[in-house]
Amino acid sequence: MDIEKRNKVWAFVITGILILISLLYYKSNPYYMYLVTYIWFGVAYGMMLQYGRFCFASASRDLFAAGVPRMAVGILIALVFFSLIQAGLAATNMSTFHPAPFGIQTLISGVIFGVGMVLAGGCASGSLYKIGEGNGTSILSILGISFGQAVFVDLGGVFNKLLPQSWVDSALSKRIPHEKLTSWFDYYLVGYVWNKPTVLLSKTKFIASNFEGASKYFVGNALLNAIIPAVLVMIIIYVVYIRKGFLKKREREGGSRGLGADLSGIWSMITASKRTSLMGVLIGITAGIHIYAMKGMQLRFGVRNFGQLLTRMGHTEDVSIWGTVFDPGYWYITSQEAQFGAWVLEKFGWNMRDNVFFGVNNGLPEPWRNPALWMSVGIIFGAMIMALLNREFKFKMPKGELIVWGLLGGTLMGLGSRPALGCNIGAFFIRVAGGDPGGWLFGAGMVTGAFVGVKFFNWWTERKMAKEMEDFDIEL
Amino acid sequence: MAVKFEKKGEGSYMLDVCGYVCPHPQIYTKKSLEKISSGDILEVVFDNPSSGETIVQMCESAGHEVMEKKQEGSKLIYVIKKG
Repeated sequence: MDIEKRNKVWAFVITGILILISLLYYKSNPYYMYLVTYIWFGVAYGMMLQYGRFCFASASRDLFAAGVPRMAVGILIALVFFSLIQAGLAATNMSTFHPAPFGIQTLISGVIFGVGMVLAGGCASGSLYKIGEGNGTSILSILGISFGQAVFVDLGGVFNKLLPQSWVDSALSKRIPHEKLTSWFDYYLVGYVWNKPTVLLSKTKFIASNFEGASKYFVGNALLNAIIPAVLVMIIIYVVYIRKGFLKKREREGGSRGLGADLSGIWSMITASKRTSLMGVLIGITAGIHIYAMKGMQLRFGVRNFGQLLTRMGHTEDVSIWGTVFDPGYWYITSQEAQFGAWVLEKFGWNMRDNVFFGVNNGLPEPWRNPALWMSVGIIFGAMIMALLNREFKFKMPKGELIVWGLLGGTLMGLGSRPALGCNIGAFFIRVAGGDPGGWLFGAGMVTGAFVGVKFFNWWTERKMAKEMEDFDIEL
Repeated sequence: MAVKFEKKGEGSYMLDVCGYVCPHPQIYTKKSLEKISSGDILEVVFDNPSSGETIVQMCESAGHEVMEKKQEGSKLIYVIKKG
């Protein structure tokens, strides 16, 4: 059998296995349809991410390193579409989105995350889809994200001595069982982050008093928080990276300058990579439909969190003391990887439930009953199906320096995503499109971190190329 | 892990970055193109599909010509003429 046929067979086998898993879950208990929904949205994300080479790391990295705006444009397009759908869902009370606390911690975390994603060669969602292409380095990145976060949220001892007393006092004054306040992250989360305000533009005084009904969601959350900034960023990218070259080329071909020329320049930038831009549109729409589907599931089963269904099915050991598990209700990446890391560490005797992150908030379900983790698995297999169908699957064992970059980058992504309460998806993409300006703060940090990462890689590459080219008659 | 950069003939070079993942193939391609002369040919061999789209756009915006795109198994070979 030739490679093409064999790949197709594998793509169908994987699809068949996923269908079989879904049916087995349904047969076991119809409540698992909630979890199955996550699997298939994961598969859809994985297919689109792989086809569009959709990676948030490459958005800023390729811009800084190679002057290529393809991915940045793709993400901005996705944001525009996703924000409009999110506004529609919020207007019809079908949204599961909730804003996160706003503060400087989001910006700082974004910088750490940004450095990490450039070193790792992919963001949190990008690393998952690249595993589906057979990229071994991305497996290391995801392991770094998983264990980096799990350890990070459970560290106490000497780290607790560094905590400001105000965080400790504030945490102890809240209605959290004190035996769960053990790690430095517990005090940071409960005594600092939870005191920060959340901002949702549709709920601000100005928007709520000037726009009635559904319009406040479309004007505040979509137009002001996502669409206008996205268009402005697109214009900035055009002016800084594309305009000069585009107008020169246009003049050579007999064209003129002016507003019309610039508009066609922006359009040519948008359409330069059709597959990325098209996937931007589809990902934006799919992410919106995902929210709708999860809300529908919640209404269907009369719950607000999958932990309630796990409790009904008798799996009380899976849920937190609040009876919840991590169940974002939309596209999200890092917390479920933290749960996976913690689940493994627990097998080695580490108590991972004596903290707020797992013990109070997110629970620690068995991986096969973890809905968000299934979404991540779905992304990997969705990308694998697409890569196999396009003859792009190849397992690449991580070697040499890539092992270091993968693990280090993944760990930094883990360390950056936890204090921000999310990654490039949960802390940036979802928040910006949902009307939470804090998402832009994480985005700004992420881009700054990526710039630092690119500077480092430029230096590293230059050094290696100089060695490689020293035998040739090339000016170095 | 090594990057292979070879001179194939007068004004013709080969860059092999197989095994490397993002962002290395695109950065090594950019660096190589910066080092060779205008009109020289660079054959880039890589196996990270995500880098291909970026390499093509990078060449377009810098005025280089992607003369040929080949696929041999999972290896991608792009032949680029420096502009």
